[in-house]
Amino acid sequence: MGELSAEIWEPIWLTLKLATISTIILLIIGTPIAWKLSRSDAWWKHVAMAIVAMPLVLPPTVLGFYMLLLLGPFGPGGALASLWGARTLAFSFTGLVIGSVCFSLPFVVQPIHNAFKAIGERPLEVAATLRASPARAFWTVAIPLARPGFLTAAMLGFAHTVGEFGVVLMIGGNIPGETKVLSVAIFDFVETSRWYEANILAGGMVVFAFATILSMTLIERRVARDNS
Amino acid sequence: MTLLEKIICRFRGRFGGFELDAAFEAPAVGVTALFGPSGCGKTTVLRCMAGLQKIDDGLCRVGNTYWQQGKMFLPPWKRPIGYVFQEASLFTHLSVRGNLLYGAPRTGARQGAVSLDEVVELLGLGHLIDRMPRNLSGGERQRVAIGRALLSEPRLLLMDEPLAALDHRTKDEILPFLDRLRERLSMPIIYVSHDMSEVERFADQIVLLENGKVIASGPLGGIQSNPALALARAREASVSLQARVSSYDATYGLATLDVDGGKLVAPSATVELGAPRRLRIAAGDVSLTLERPGQTTILNILRARIVSATPLQYAEMLVVLRLGEEGMGASLLARVTRRSWDVLQLAEGGAVFAQVKGVSMALK
Repeated sequence: MGELSAEIWEPIWLTLKLATISTIILLIIGTPIAWKLSRSDAWWKHVAMAIVAMPLVLPPTVLGFYMLLLLGPFGPGGALASLWGARTLAFSFTGLVIGSVCFSLPFVVQPIHNAFKAIGERPLEVAATLRASPARAFWTVAIPLARPGFLTAAMLGFAHTVGEFGVVLMIGGNIPGETKVLSVAIFDFVETSRWYEANILAGGMVVFAFATILSMTLIERRVARDNS
Repeated sequence: MTLLEKIICRFRGRFGGFELDAAFEAPAVGVTALFGPSGCGKTTVLRCMAGLQKIDDGLCRVGNTYWQQGKMFLPPWKRPIGYVFQEASLFTHLSVRGNLLYGAPRTGARQGAVSLDEVVELLGLGHLIDRMPRNLSGGERQRVAIGRALLSEPRLLLMDEPLAALDHRTKDEILPFLDRLRERLSMPIIYVSHDMSEVERFADQIVLLENGKVIASGPLGGIQSNPALALARAREASVSLQARVSSYDATYGLATLDVDGGKLVAPSATVELGAPRRLRIAAGDVSLTLERPGQTTILNILRARIVSATPLQYAEMLVVLRLGEEGMGASLLARVTRRSWDVLQLAEGGAVFAQVKGVSMALK
């Protein structure tokens, strides 16, 4: 039983760690991207939006394949890894984080972008006429007003990273404690006909997905009520 | 008037299909109204003054500092302005206090600047201070927005039709606050409006805009009584006179007011002796006579001289008068029939008596 619970808990713990770190990084890089896109009317804006949105339509294996090239020993990831003596970023936890961030970016950028758009020009104009520098207006007006968008973005980014499979399989492989996350573990249990363990993990995912969607709906309802 | 006390603006350019070519100068004291019909470009001019809109061919100078000149363009947050938008546009995530203090300097107030307490008192915001904007009425929101602009210690207050989005009752609720603002603060105000009654009530100077161009500008009285402008020829044309209460007859509830070139009597509930008041006299409420009538109910019979007369449509004349025996006082408009003009053999330069019914003057 002890062996079994380690086999189940390790991927859960690893997945939560991956999702938490990825979400934090996603918010940090997604916010300026969303801000820039929401305030621009330049031609490149649509190009940039298309690039950010690509993972929505690309098969995860395609994305994973290119990630593998990028992170592998002959790509920039390998060069980076050599700084601390490693040969490659592929098949490592760091590589998984990089892959997750790329793969989940649209799920984070879009809600934040929509929230920034929904604020409109006016509150920022008001802030400017009250002597607020663009930086101060961003931190004290845009960010607080876009709060519901950030909440949605964080939840979507987290949930999407938890559910990721194709990219992980391509660049992470199946190393226990390093890259063997939930979805891979379920696949592994099914492959080896361990239906009981697969059931526990899969059932847990169903509950998690349901809870995520439900709390998002409730949050949106509260926000709508507060704004009315 | 030295250059130091002047506002000089010139904005030229295209916005979509709209061509703006507006230039005006106004003294940096009192209230200057930007007046014109909807879509004439008055809001665009105000936004250019604030730096919210950037027009490449523009010049804006307030006092001795340039806000825009040639390639130099000061961003809005570096201009010492207060801006009141048509919609209150409060920050929904901040309380009334948070909104009021958002633009207030954090490092000690400038000498002579208004304090939070003064603004709260002036605009009657005491009981609202800890509420969130969503729990305020439309009029309360606009008062908070005005207070917020004042507390940022502006050197120039820009107001973009602050009453236009409000219903009649709310408007009446805000008007007295604006009167107080005007009386108590020495700050120059640029006030955009398409409503002449607001302009008559507040403005000292007026800039008339039409199709993106300034067609006239100057002191309110001078523009109101310029027969070349549509404003003076309109059926509801009137002049606003600056007056000072010199005495009050409590028995009959009548105030005597000194204006430039004469004295007027008007009903008034309460008065403060010596206080400045503004009288609105409509052209249609003024009649002319050559001799001072004996027994009449008309309270105000003032000596005046005819400056000019302009025929209107088929039967009427618009007569511009100046009060006083020598005709050196304030300007007044009178609308009379062409027949009366001929029968009385009136002529430009002639001396007349202008009659104004006391009850026709609403004392604000």
